[in-house]
Amino acid sequence: MRVPILKQRDYLIASIQSALSDEDLLQLRDDLVAQVGRYRSRGAIVDVTVLDVMDSFAVRTLRNIAHMIRLRGAETVIVGIQPEVAFAMVQLGLTLEDVATALDLEEGLAYLDAKAGSQHAS
Amino acid sequence: MPLEAPEESTQPLHLTIVAIASAADIVTARQRGRELAGKIGFSGSDLTVIATAISELARNILEYAKTGEIILALAQKGSRMGIFIQARDEGPGIPDISKALQDGYTTGKGLGIGLPGVRRLMDDFDATSTVGKGTVVTVKKWVP
Repeated sequence: MRVPILKQRDYLIASIQSALSDEDLLQLRDDLVAQVGRYRSRGAIVDVTVLDVMDSFAVRTLRNIAHMIRLRGAETVIVGIQPEVAFAMVQLGLTLEDVATALDLEEGLAYLDAKAGSQHAS
Repeated sequence: MPLEAPEESTQPLHLTIVAIASAADIVTARQRGRELAGKIGFSGSDLTVIATAISELARNILEYAKTGEIILALAQKGSRMGIFIQARDEGPGIPDISKALQDGYTTGKGLGIGLPGVRRLMDDFDATSTVGKGTVVTVKKWVP
């Protein structure tokens, strides 16, 4: 199932609706990386609230999405990682490394606003 | 472990076999496992842990052996219920299984989390492998 991507202000919001296959995740990556350029977005939010499993492939793909979007000049925040998913990730030793995370969509938007604000200031 | 064997049983009644041959099968296997585990009273976080372990085992099959199967069943130890998960393949096998069980072991492909991660998620863990014949990984998790 293709993940819908909404455009809100300078940001893209990818709101995952159901369990994703590997192909779906790769499609999301390609869509986001392309759309950041098309809409000249400053940031992207990937909402993973509904995901009940984030295995090594999912975590690696999310990390890759964030790194690729950074190379395109925008920021990414992963929001909505569930407590049990966080638990399993830590047990497995899976990490998002330097990728920003936030509790929910609202916090994710606040994070991107703060990032944008500090860029304007400098 | 061998001491537990007599009173430990796997109930074939709930035996499910999921063939693993594509990435879509990984999703099927973990959803079946979650359903089965849900029937015997695992908590939400345990269900996630079980589904994640199945996902990684299925991923290993796909990556190293291309095809194989995930066998899911209920297990019983005395009055305790648990889930039995077995990943079987007839792939190239693992030459040094004890090395593969060490943390940080990787074949260099850098995919998957390897067997140590799955071992940390589950209560019981057993892996046997014969080069040229295949690999069988059996894990169990008991309802707390």
